[in-house]
Order: sequence, then C-alpha cells, then structure tokens
Amino acid sequence: MTARTAIGLVAALAALAILAAAPFFLGAYGVGLLIGLSGYVTLASAWALFSGPTRYVSLATVAFFGIGAYTMAVLSETLPYPLVLAVAALIGLAVALVVGLSTLRLAGVYFVIFTFGLAELVRQLVTWYEVNVTGTLGRYIFMSFGPETIYWQLLALAALTLGLSWWIGRSRLGLALRIIGDDEVVASHCGINIARVKLALFALSAVIMTLVGAIQAPRWTYIEPGIVFNPTVSFLTLIMALLGGANRLWGPVLGAVPLFLLFEWLSANFPNHYSIILGLLFIAIVFVLPKGVLDFVEKAWGRGSSRARNKPDEAGLGELEAGR
Amino acid sequence: MTLINVLIAGLVLGGTYALVAMGLTLQYGIARIMNLAYGETIIAAAFAAYLLQGALGVNPLLGMLLVLPGGFVFGYIVYGLMMRPLVARSQDRGNLEIDSILATFGLLFVIQGVMLVIFGSNYMSYSFLNVPVTILGANVAANRLLAFVLALTIGLTLYLLLTRTRWGTALRAVAVAPQNAPLVGIDVNRTARFAFALGGALAAAGGVVISMYQTFTATSGVVFTMKALIVVIMGGVGNLLGALSAGLILGLVETGVASYIDPGLTLAATYAIFLAILLWRPQGLFGGAGR
Amino acid sequence: MSALLEISGLTKRFGGLTAVDGVSLSLEAGETVGLLGPNGSGKTTVLNMISGYLPASSGAISLGGRRISGLPAHRIAHCGVARTFQLVRILPSMTVGENVAAALAFRRAPLHGAAAAGEARGFLARVGLAGRENEMAADLTYIDQKRVELARALASSPSLLLLDEWLAGLNPTELKVGIDLISDLGRDGLTIVLVEHVMDAIRALCGRCVVMNAGRKIADGATGEVLKDPEVVRAYLGESHA
Repeated sequence: MTARTAIGLVAALAALAILAAAPFFLGAYGVGLLIGLSGYVTLASAWALFSGPTRYVSLATVAFFGIGAYTMAVLSETLPYPLVLAVAALIGLAVALVVGLSTLRLAGVYFVIFTFGLAELVRQLVTWYEVNVTGTLGRYIFMSFGPETIYWQLLALAALTLGLSWWIGRSRLGLALRIIGDDEVVASHCGINIARVKLALFALSAVIMTLVGAIQAPRWTYIEPGIVFNPTVSFLTLIMALLGGANRLWGPVLGAVPLFLLFEWLSANFPNHYSIILGLLFIAIVFVLPKGVLDFVEKAWGRGSSRARNKPDEAGLGELEAGR
Repeated sequence: MTLINVLIAGLVLGGTYALVAMGLTLQYGIARIMNLAYGETIIAAAFAAYLLQGALGVNPLLGMLLVLPGGFVFGYIVYGLMMRPLVARSQDRGNLEIDSILATFGLLFVIQGVMLVIFGSNYMSYSFLNVPVTILGANVAANRLLAFVLALTIGLTLYLLLTRTRWGTALRAVAVAPQNAPLVGIDVNRTARFAFALGGALAAAGGVVISMYQTFTATSGVVFTMKALIVVIMGGVGNLLGALSAGLILGLVETGVASYIDPGLTLAATYAIFLAILLWRPQGLFGGAGR
Repeated sequence: MSALLEISGLTKRFGGLTAVDGVSLSLEAGETVGLLGPNGSGKTTVLNMISGYLPASSGAISLGGRRISGLPAHRIAHCGVARTFQLVRILPSMTVGENVAAALAFRRAPLHGAAAAGEARGFLARVGLAGRENEMAADLTYIDQKRVELARALASSPSLLLLDEWLAGLNPTELKVGIDLISDLGRDGLTIVLVEHVMDAIRALCGRCVVMNAGRKIADGATGEVLKDPEVVRAYLGESHA
C-alpha cells in the first residue's frame, strides 16, 4: 500500500514536472491551450470535491469563477498580486459560506435551482455595483507577467486541488463523507455534524473555483460581467466531472482533458453553432448513460474505491429525497 | 412614481409572472419535469411574436393564436422525444429530477444557440399599442394593460378547466398521487405529456405577452426560468392559484424595489424572497394543495 | 442519586395528529427501563425525540442535568446518547469493522486509524461478531446486522442506550443470547431504554416499565405490577395486532 502510494506520488510528480516544462517547447497557442486545460481540470476537480460525495449538483461554478476574475480586474491596479489572490479567495469564501449556510439544508433539487440562478444574481449585483458605485462597466487588466506564469499558477493550483482530494479521501473528513453518503441519519447519530462537513467542502471547492477565475482573468485583458459570468463555464465543468467520474480522484481530470480539447475544436470550427452543439452533446450524454447520470456517478464511485464494494442501492437518493 | 403607479405596474408585471409560472407548475407539479429550458421557450415565443409583428404585420393578439399552439406542439414533442425515455427508465423521483435537470440544461443551450444564430444577441422590442391609458389617475401603457388582462384571462380559464372538467381532475390526480392514478383509469403518461405540452403553451403565451411591453434578448431566458421557479415554489408546487397569487406578489415586490430602492437590485430582492421561502416555508406560502 | 434522563411534558404533533402527548419520565443512572405500548402508541417517536432524529413540538428532555431537547442529533450523540433503529440501519457500502469505526471516529473522544481498528474488534467481539470485521455489512444476515448496529452504538461510548425492538425477530436461542448481552450491558452501568414487544425479555431485563397508549403515558412502575394493570391490559387487548 505504502509502496503503491510512493510510486503513484513519484509518477504524479514526474507528470507535473513534464507539464511544468511544456511551455518551453510549445508556442503561444500551445500555452493558451494548456491554460484553458489546467483551468478546467482544476474547476472540474474542485466541483467533484464537493458534488461527488454529497451528490449536490452545483451549477454555481461560474458564480465563483466570475467573482475571482472580477476581483482581479478591480484590484489588480491597487494591490500587489498575491494580496489580490488572497482577497479574491476571501470573497469567494464569504459568498460560499452565505450560500452554503442558507441552501445546504435544502432538498437537492432546490439547491440545483438556487445555484443555477446564483451566477445571474452575482452578475447583476456586480453590474449594479459597477454602474452605481464606480461608474464603469468593463475593465482592463494589465499584468507584468506572461501567459506562462498564468499557466504555472494554474498548474500548481490543479496539483494542490488533486492533492487535497487525495488527502481528504483518507482523512477523518473523507470517512465522514462516506458515512454521510451511505446514511445521513446514521451519520448524525454517530456524532457527525453533517451541515458543517458539507459546508466545509462547499467552501473549499468554491475558494478553489474563485482562485481559478482570479488567476485566469489576466488572459482576457478586457473584462466585463457578461464575459466572466458566462454560464457555459458551469455547464462544461459539470459535464467534465460527471463524465470522468465525480467520485474518483482522477475522474475529473480524465473527463476534463478530452472534453476540453473537443470543445476547443468545436469553438474554433463552429463558433456560431458552438452552444447548440454543446447542448446537443449534453443531451446525448444524459441519454447514453442507460440508468441515468446519478446511477453512473454512483457506479463510478464503487469502482473508484480501493476496496471491493457492493453497490449502495438505496443509500444514494437519501439526499435528494430529504426534506421533500 | 406615485404609489398607485407602482401598484399598477407591479400588478401588470406580476400578472405576466403568474402566467409564466402556471406553465412551469404544470410541468414540474404534474409532469414531474424540472425544465431549466423553460425561459428559453418563453423567449422563443417572444421572438416569434416579434417576427410576426415586424415581418408579417400580424398583431400579437392574432399572433398568439399561432404561437400558443406552437408552444403546445413544441412541449408535446420535447416531452415525447426527450422526457418520456427519461421517465420510463427512472425508478425513482430523485433520478428523474437530476436527469431532467441535466437534459433540459442541455436543451437550454440548444434553443439559446439557435436564437443567437438567427437573431444575434441584441435587445429586441417592437411597438404595439404603446398609447397611455389613465386608470385611477395613473398613466399606464395600453399594451401593459392588455398584457395584464390576457394573463388573468388565460390563467383563470386554465384554473377553471383544471377544477371544473374531467381531464382537469385527471391532471390534478396525477399531481397528487401518480402511482395511484392508474387505479382509477388515468393514463399517467398521456396526462403528463399533456400537462407538459400545456406548460409549453403557457410559456409561449407568456413570451408573447412579455414581448408586447418589454425588451428581450436571446439570452434572457435564464432570468425568466428563475423567476418562474421562484413563483412556483412560493405558490406551492402544482398549485395554480398559489402561482397566480405568488406571481402578483413577486411583481409588486420587484416594482416596489425598482421604484423605491434601486432598479439594479430587483433580482437580488427576488432571490431574497426565494431564500426566505425555501428556509421558512419550503412547501409554499399557501399550503400544499396539489401535492 | 439524581436522574440521568429527565423528560417533562414531551409532545410531538404531526400536523393534526398528536403522536406523543405530554409524556413525563425520569430515569435513574444504571436503570434498564422497558417502554411498552401497542403499535402506534408513540414509543419510537419518544426515542426519536430523545436521540434528536425528530424535534419535539414542546416539552423538555435533559440528560445528566443538561438540556438536550432542541440540540441537533450529532450534539446529542456527543452528550452520550446512542441508539439502534427499529428497521436496522447499517452503512451498506462499508465493512463490519468500518461500521463500528464510524462511531469511534466521531464520538466525543474520537479514535481514528489503527487504534480504532483494535477497539472496533473489541466491540464486535462483545456482540458476538468476533473476527468478522472484514465482511461487508450489507452481506450479513438481518440478525447480524442488528449486532453491528449495537456494536456501533456501544462504540460511541454512550451513557444512555436506546434500543428500538432490538430483540424482535430473534429465534429462541438468539433471544437468550441477546437478553444476556443486554443484561451484561446494564450490569456494566449503562442506562438502557428498551422499546420491546417481547414480554419475556421485558420481564427478564427491566425492573421498571413505562406503558404508552395513544401518545400518553398510562402506567409507570415495577414491571410485575404494571403488566397486571387493567388499563395496560385493555390497551393491549384493544389493539387487534398487539
């Protein structure tokens, strides 16, 4: 077991080193691809961190991503870069805590609906703030560093996210998540504070998403709410994580890499019909998975475990039915 | 704005919300489909009315005779092609809910994409009955007044149909107890499909009504879906009169916030209501009728 | 000696139905008390309110002088209340050992990792599942799952143990083993509330019985006398499937 962990760690570090060296061999286009790729790998992994074990389908990804990007746009002129990242993370954390405290008690479907509208709400609030308080809508970001630096930061964040997922998987928090996934009633009677566990994960996942937005923001140079709060981001993140397997450590990565490349190709070749193709593809995915997306996610969980497991037939839906 | 102005404007807006929400409550309460593409149906209908008025010179009232059945047929087809297979394979409600949310999320992008290709992303509007009418000393545009009357007429007709006719009873039976409805000879599948299609027709009606007095873009569907959802939850899922009252309340609140606080904060106010409802009365303001 | 569990005026309403109606009850530390009554009389609802699974509509519950009604279930668990469920609730995707470790890891004095595994084996041995910690909990027989559930409850080191028909469905041999086990637990100083229909078990284990009918407490006293009480007899015979 320890030997396997060590080998895995060495392999992961080697892959990380190769990826970090990649900009030296690739042109500007390649680096741009890698930025998008590492961004989505991180987003999908962060999404799965919360939604995988709790089965709460969150459509709020772009709300946090956009908060990060916008914070960078607003503060990049006035504060040193690392401080801007810290402020962005704090804002993301605060929003996640408010949203989590108020919605994580709800049945699953209401949570989906709320997160679905959250991005729109944040976008309108930011617009309102810009129009009424600062009097500008749309901002320029100028950074002294180049795209390679953006890429390295994202790569580091991706590695950190995966490391966190791995660590959580074997910590007491991970055990708590497995118990909650099996039976929430038993979990609370064992002394687990379910609300706090869910909130902690939601906040952690949201902070990572916020950081992705903040780090990626300088890539655009010009930013306005309509650009950074684009719902497509939530959509892509969700399907990458679901298809790759939201309950496996490497699942979101496996989903993000091919799908990101596919979407890149689609948006380059069919810019006008991009969202139509995207939508059709997504519908197709829902239909291809014969027993439904949720069942697929649960199966993936079973396979991803280090132990042989029986499929938890009745355990899975407690979440969605709770509170109805 | 005077108070009476705000009240009238709020009721007009609320009437539209109520109309739109009634369609969603049929789709979610009876057909059990959480349709995230609902707002896109509304906007598509608004574009249809815009085309009919602008290109063919058909006024929206006549246009509705075309667009409304169009919405019904669209809903009927979407349910048959997309939802029916999902319903058939799902063993329980949780599975169906997630699958339908994800599938209609995809549908949202398809419809939105088609509209963006055809119409671009500009704000659209047309002028129809844009003449002031004076009520209780307040000036109201005739098109808004008409929108309000239409919303109420359609809503009340639907309510009477559902409560006074045989198939209305069947629809409500499916809403309350889908597993028991077959015992009394109700074809649940057909009823659900009909309810979903009817929801599509109401969305279309809402779209035409909206286009008469508001500007809209290809991407404004999400906001309408959200507002309809909020009204549905506020009124109690599957509860038509609840949706009607909740829609009016939401319209009044939004107009009030826009007039007295700040127009930029209306959506925030809407969300505050939504959260308050979810936290304190998740079964809706008006009890659990219909469930 | 002061009361460990103090319940006063406990009431639970579900809409128009009053499932538990003003029940007051006091338990000494170390007592094993039977909670009886026909089906639907509110026994399980009382347990649910003590363990925090359901909030009380009114009334108060305190444990060792500390008010626990109104606290969420996990806090009540940390105060020293553990329970089993009428319909057994194991963690199906986990092994027997992990089921017990789950309670160890999140109790007031948490135990995680290798130390927890050893401790879990001890609790499993106590309920008669020695050496079976690596089997999947979902694969066990119903009776053995009940044992896992009891081991899990014990692992959270409770001062008050609530057993909801834990002896139901056992064959005569198993019943004898089960009664001996609960009796041992009582001798070790654990305070136990036993919701049970098996009268032999009640007579063997409980010096004192509380009887409920239609949400109210109708009798409370020494087991022999309570079971002869005409109102108790009527409550049971009036119920067709008692």
